[in-house]
Amino acid sequence: MATEVQSLPFDAEALTRFSEERIEPKWFTDRRIQALSLAEELPLPNPEKTRIDSWNFTRFDYNAVGKPVHDPAKLPGNAGQLIGAEEKAGNVLVHHNGTPVFRSIRPDLEEKGVIFTDLATAIREHGDLVEKYYFKTTQLKKHKLTALNAALVNGGTFLYIPRNVAIETPVQTVYYQDAPSSGLIAHTIIAAEPGSSVTYVESFLSGSSVGEGVANLISEVRVGENAHVKYGAVDNFSDKIVTYVNRTGSVARDGSLEWALGQMNDGNTLSENATDLQGDGSSADTKAVSIGSGEQKQNFDNYIRHVGKGTISRMLVRGALKDASNCIFNARTKIEHGASKADGEQTQRVLMLSDQARGDANPILLIDEYDVIAGHAASVGRVDQDQLYYLMSRGIRKETAEKLIVEGFLEPVVDLLPVAGVRNQLSGLIERKVG
Amino acid sequence: MAIPELRIKDLHVSVEDKNIVKGFDLDVKGGEIHALMGPNGTGKSTVASAIMGHPKYQVTSGSVTLDGKNLLDMTVDERARAGLFLAMQYPSEVSGVTNADFLRTAINGKRGEGNEIPLMKFIKLMDKKMDLLEMDHHFAERYVNEGFSGGEKKRNEILQLLMLQPKFAILDEIDSGLDIDALKWVANGVNAMRSENFGCLIITHYQRLLNYIKPDKVHIMMNGRIVTTGGPELAVRLEKEGYDGLRKELGIKDDETVEA
Repeated sequence: MATEVQSLPFDAEALTRFSEERIEPKWFTDRRIQALSLAEELPLPNPEKTRIDSWNFTRFDYNAVGKPVHDPAKLPGNAGQLIGAEEKAGNVLVHHNGTPVFRSIRPDLEEKGVIFTDLATAIREHGDLVEKYYFKTTQLKKHKLTALNAALVNGGTFLYIPRNVAIETPVQTVYYQDAPSSGLIAHTIIAAEPGSSVTYVESFLSGSSVGEGVANLISEVRVGENAHVKYGAVDNFSDKIVTYVNRTGSVARDGSLEWALGQMNDGNTLSENATDLQGDGSSADTKAVSIGSGEQKQNFDNYIRHVGKGTISRMLVRGALKDASNCIFNARTKIEHGASKADGEQTQRVLMLSDQARGDANPILLIDEYDVIAGHAASVGRVDQDQLYYLMSRGIRKETAEKLIVEGFLEPVVDLLPVAGVRNQLSGLIERKVG
Repeated sequence: MAIPELRIKDLHVSVEDKNIVKGFDLDVKGGEIHALMGPNGTGKSTVASAIMGHPKYQVTSGSVTLDGKNLLDMTVDERARAGLFLAMQYPSEVSGVTNADFLRTAINGKRGEGNEIPLMKFIKLMDKKMDLLEMDHHFAERYVNEGFSGGEKKRNEILQLLMLQPKFAILDEIDSGLDIDALKWVANGVNAMRSENFGCLIITHYQRLLNYIKPDKVHIMMNGRIVTTGGPELAVRLEKEGYDGLRKELGIKDDETVEA
């Protein structure tokens, strides 16, 4: 086995030491070592119409650290701007190079049994709970990148909401990366027990000092019976960072999961988002917006699977492509046999802003049940000339009018983000990237 | 300030190589309100769109000047900043852009960088104009025309007119689809603009709107040009007699109707 792992630039011995330094339980260390050899054997994923074999997923430093701070105003980069006044006193966790550096949680929530902490602490203090949810909604063995995440995980968040606890103040995490050649290998778990509810939002940022780096992010969301989870995200890694991001959820009876994803990376990105509607009457709403620019290559796969009866899903995916960027969008809605009265609808719209950009939207419906409603719409087009004429007829210059139209096109996710700082982050990013 | 003047001379316009407007002449001065009437398909809306500069409409000859400046040499946005406004028959919906952002961008575009309208002043102005049109204030935060009823869209056009304060406005069938209350609100808006610094051309099928906005002149358009001009009484007569009487009187053969 030892010889097999040598072609990945990671060493099982060093990884064991890394795990020991973090005082991880044995099951977790073992899992890392197993995963490392799997990462060696397993192939890369094979996303449709995007070649990723030359992307750097494996050359990075996984042992970077950040320094804890007590005053959120002293957080590195612009991480501090993302947490609003109310949230500062609320539920915030900031990670710097994977290390938790600032944390705050409302005392009443801890009293109710809510756990909100970084993954490393959770593994030490709530090992049983972590083990219960770790790699359950997505598979460790899915492909090389999921296995790599399990082997080298160096960050992440654990959020546990006990039965019937409703968290009113949004729960927010911020990840800021600035160590040279670093890799953020994060695994986030949200476990919402029956009857609970939460709004969670995460932001990923990086400084240019990273240079060529890697982000490998896995999020698993477990939504219990009649529980409701809203999950917002703004991804913004710099242009030389290669990102693999995998966000999955599983929803039990009458539960709901809503995704609002602002996918604003400047570098190559492979994104998998999947929701499993297991329970009868469960529902999912996926909204994702992105912008491609420069020579960036991106592949977005959004997937919703209906298993329970009377399950409902909505998917809205929008992308704007500039320069010589290349983006592929797959939307897949699957209705399994037995999921009668399921209702799944998806819309994908891609706006081409340059002649050199390439984009494709592939709508896929897979239906194994008769008594269902399913629909899809997909379009790849340019800025609507009538809209442009209308705005210009009020004296707005062409470039400004185009900008307004594109910003409006990407607006649906902005409104859904729960924290003002994060909303501003996303609208600011959209403005910068479109302009 | 000199009184503004819009001059349209021998205008010919074609759409997809079909000639629709054939020698249209009209002068409108500040302080004047003109009505342009005529049967369906005679090119009234084509005149409006061509003057605004819609890319689908080709001006094949003639001239349009505003205060001596040739509008036809300008891009659409330049025409607007020169002082022209077109209230459209079918306004576009722009998802994700609020009415307030849209109007503030338009106003600031005209005022220029460094001279932007202060936010509070803008909000007060917009509230005041919406009150005049009896529009609910939440329309400021609604996305431009998205999910608006036909009447709400028309009122939104007049709101833009009031906010942008152009020198000339062309109202293209602003009254179509309006109930009597909405008609009054629209008329209030236009009447509030009345001054010697503002001229207006109202394109309409019906005399009804002209009960509320009294025109100085009424022009009848047939076969792509103005065939006769009169005062408000001409509109009243048309309402009674229809266009046939006028056709006979003027010796005009059947309209070659075209798609507007």
